[in-house]
Amino acid sequence: MIRLNSKIPDGPLARKWTSYKASVKLVNPANKKKIDIIVVGTGLSGASAASSLGELGYNVKVFCYQDSPRRAHSVAAQGGINAAKNYQNDGDSVYRLFYDMIKGGDFRAREANVYRAAEVSNQVIDHFTAIGVPFARDYGGTLDTRSFGGVQVSRTFYAKGQTGQQCLLGCYSSLNRQIKKGTVKMFPRREMLDLVVIDGRARGIITRNLVTGEIERHSAHAVVLATGGYGTIYYLSTLAVNSNASAAWKAHKKGACFANPSFVQIHPTCVPQLNEFQSKLTLMSESLRNDGRVWVPRTKGDKRPANDIPEEERDYYLERRYPAYGNLVPRDVGSRAAKERCDAGYGVGDTGLAVYLDFRDAINKQGKKAIESKYGNLFELYKTITGKDPYEEPMMIYPAGHYTMGGLWVDYELMTTIPGLYAIGESNFSDHGANRLGASSLMQAAGDGYFILPVTINNYLADQIRVPKIPTDSPEFEEAEKSARERLAKLISIKGKQTASSFHKRLGKIMWDYCGMTRNEEGLKKALVLVKELKKEFWSDLNVPGTINELNQELEKAGRVADYFELAELLITDAIERKESCGAHFREEYQTPDGEALRNDKEFAYVAVWEYAGEGKPHILHKEELKFEEVEMKERSYK
Amino acid sequence: MKLTLKIWRQKDARAKGSFVTYHMDNVSPEMSFLEMMDALNKKLVEEDKDPVAFDHDCREGICGSCGMYINGHPHGPVPGVTTCHLSMRYFNDGDTIWVEPWRAKPFPVIRDLIVDRSAFDKIQVAGGFISVNAGAAPEANSIPVRKKNADEAFDSAICIGCGACVAACKNASAMLFVSAKISQFALLPQGRVEAKDRVRAMVEKMDELGFGNCSNTGACEAACPKKIKLTNIARLNREYYKAY
Amino acid sequence: MNKILFSSISKKFVMALAGLFLIVFLPVHLSINLMLLKPDPEPFNRAAHFMATFPLVKIVEVILILAILVHISWGIYLQIQNWLARPQGYVVKIKTRTSFFSRFMIWTGASVLTFLIIHFTNFYFIRLGLVEGNPENFYGVAHSLFKIPAYNYIYLVCFILLGLHLYHAFSSAFQTLGLNHRLWTPVVKVVALIYAIVIPLGFAVISITIWQFR
Repeated sequence: MIRLNSKIPDGPLARKWTSYKASVKLVNPANKKKIDIIVVGTGLSGASAASSLGELGYNVKVFCYQDSPRRAHSVAAQGGINAAKNYQNDGDSVYRLFYDMIKGGDFRAREANVYRAAEVSNQVIDHFTAIGVPFARDYGGTLDTRSFGGVQVSRTFYAKGQTGQQCLLGCYSSLNRQIKKGTVKMFPRREMLDLVVIDGRARGIITRNLVTGEIERHSAHAVVLATGGYGTIYYLSTLAVNSNASAAWKAHKKGACFANPSFVQIHPTCVPQLNEFQSKLTLMSESLRNDGRVWVPRTKGDKRPANDIPEEERDYYLERRYPAYGNLVPRDVGSRAAKERCDAGYGVGDTGLAVYLDFRDAINKQGKKAIESKYGNLFELYKTITGKDPYEEPMMIYPAGHYTMGGLWVDYELMTTIPGLYAIGESNFSDHGANRLGASSLMQAAGDGYFILPVTINNYLADQIRVPKIPTDSPEFEEAEKSARERLAKLISIKGKQTASSFHKRLGKIMWDYCGMTRNEEGLKKALVLVKELKKEFWSDLNVPGTINELNQELEKAGRVADYFELAELLITDAIERKESCGAHFREEYQTPDGEALRNDKEFAYVAVWEYAGEGKPHILHKEELKFEEVEMKERSYK
Repeated sequence: MKLTLKIWRQKDARAKGSFVTYHMDNVSPEMSFLEMMDALNKKLVEEDKDPVAFDHDCREGICGSCGMYINGHPHGPVPGVTTCHLSMRYFNDGDTIWVEPWRAKPFPVIRDLIVDRSAFDKIQVAGGFISVNAGAAPEANSIPVRKKNADEAFDSAICIGCGACVAACKNASAMLFVSAKISQFALLPQGRVEAKDRVRAMVEKMDELGFGNCSNTGACEAACPKKIKLTNIARLNREYYKAY
Repeated sequence: MNKILFSSISKKFVMALAGLFLIVFLPVHLSINLMLLKPDPEPFNRAAHFMATFPLVKIVEVILILAILVHISWGIYLQIQNWLARPQGYVVKIKTRTSFFSRFMIWTGASVLTFLIIHFTNFYFIRLGLVEGNPENFYGVAHSLFKIPAYNYIYLVCFILLGLHLYHAFSSAFQTLGLNHRLWTPVVKVVALIYAIVIPLGFAVISITIWQFR
């Protein structure tokens, strides 16, 4: 039975991090050389953590499934990265950034962690600038910012629509520097198959070389997971198609608790599904809603081309339902409203799962040039994907799974419930509560990797300096490798008829229909049954051609989908258990008379922390009560 | 649409590869090229045959994983897009499409259409960074950068490292790739400190890995899905001369 | 030191410098050749004699020979490396849009080399006494050569190929030397085009005039 200890330092909120740093244990440079650390994942958090730990002098081994660390999906983040620099003199501060995040997360995040994330945000910007990230600048040569995600200050630093790419390449460059120095060793095209726990401590991982199929053992004094989110559980999402939860899930099954799995952000403005083979939904920056009007036809199943539908037969449903905010309602409201119209049969496009985002009026009013200067690259992207010109006809958009606020539970030191196992970036349940604000994921991931983990990990490693290099021939490694091999062999031996992707797609559909933007108890319970049935079918009718000992992409997919079946059950269970609506988790039973989320602070102001109890046994729920010392829990109102 | 695909199949690095012909019915013009490949692979797996291996990940043109040489064009015939963004509406019913892996000595084939591009990482490891430790950075606004330079540095920095420049160059030269990184840092005051060591190290590594020499044909620029400019190569040359 | 001299960029640098030197030399050569059009052989022979004996020109001549040798040998060296960089080619030839003539530099260069060998046999080696002929009357040698139709055909084909070589070479040399400018590079390209037409045309006009009208 696990006992949760969030290890929040004493003292006033604003002093916690400072006093923690002042009292944390240190490891002297000579001893650091003797300590090995494994980092899994090379996105913003993984690459920054690995390079920083290398800079400190630890021996770091880094793993990623892609052919190069530069391809991790942080690369696709568009909008920007927040920091409380107050360069605009608009009254911003660390406290304000903290408050926006805690409120944006609908009061389901840990106060001390969120405050710290806001606190290190400025250091992150300084560091990125120093290592050559080409952020946008003003004519005077200083950094430019823009406002983002409905906050009242301008605190988002950006590099056009490719901020994630530029920040990731920055982290990749610091990683390269350490690789050259020899402090970091890079292992690309490796998939983590299991975590090795020895005497209750994380001591290594089992990996598969994705080129040769070789199963490898790697040991270390500590293991850091930076493996991202699980948004591809919906099959179609804004994530990279190979993004997966397997590493985190394997750690979970070895004792790391999983927190708030049902908190998944659905982004309202994505290019909708165009064909049944579609593998991916591409995000269109939500800034488009500043000038675009969202509508559907007034008549059900109206198949006329958008431009042939006269004004009086259009239903500008956001403007109708939310006259105060109109098209600028928050993400979750916009997503739910689109779903409501499409479910009612008013959706457009071949699938009926899309709504129009129309720039006709804006173009008429401001001229094509003005619209082009604001959104030219996005219009271009839309045209590349769909072949349709948004200057001539309205865009079609639909919500898509985007970011997972849930993840491995970590304490203030970012350590999971397994001593020596850390989770950073999107892979932990982190600082975003039940809903993430725009431009805060890059901020948190880089903050974790550059400035938080390299401090907190010392506290654990200080006690490890007398532990010699961990041998990889212990029974624990033996056993972990054996079970990993058996599982791969099992997947290959089914020899059924269906592909892993086709199962993934069906799983995604169940999750999307019953555990997506809105949820209700009946649907969730039905989903649980459906997932279990599908899982059974998976294990009896999957086909994976080829062998284990070669490059086998079907085998990779199959392993990931198999884990998703298990995670799906937990995600649904968590959604059933949380009998309130908060942030991205909207339970239809719990809403205000006008359809807004109805939080229940009395009973649910906690982090749901799930412990794995063994194959076939129900998960054990632990609750980390959320205490708010500094802020008062309020209703998020947009009307 | 009905299509005939001629795809390079090669079991592993040592095996001798060959083209295999596949026939695809019911290709929707709304599919992307990779989705068409997914459909082919689904068919193959259902027939218990080995699917075609290819690299891909983000499927939104930014990670740089995908890359196929399609009918004589890296990333296909449409300029400015990656393979994952190449729409099937640019092909016609009855077309025969030849799909080959990137070809270059430093990019050996791993399997089918997957090549090993770690040479690019090695070049970046040689010097593609600014040596500042976490925690050592000065206040961000203490280093002013002329807007024009910052914008130009950004335009060079958007390289996705896909390798299309090498694939398109008749000499398999990596100059556009290297010059993009060199330019990004050369244009920023932060990067100037190490400019000389960086350009020497990166060019030396590039040569050592067996890439060809630049003969200013401009194929790289034309094939680049991110439209990285040839002017970067001139800047790389300049930076190189300045380093001695 | 080896790394510096033999890096890909340094090799290209040397190629470009040598090439630019040859580009400067060609108009000088052409201006002397224009004297072939005069009915009086004296001015041409005097110019040829001057070029053969004046000490300063002697020095330049050494540089010129070096430039030619370096340009050729480096060119072949680079080309071999380029071929080795793609041991297995594509089945469908690369269709990516490129500056067209840049693809054939080794071949246009090779044909120019063939011509140079013939040219040297006819003139330079005479002067050195390696080949028979009258070094005091190059005017006469030239005129008699241009009366041979086959010689003219070879001469003309080679100069067309030289033009193609020069067209890419001219602007490419600037790019290699790192001189690429938003405003000036387009100008260089136009100059390159003019140069690549005018120089070969000049030589061709001389040979055709002598062949047909003298």
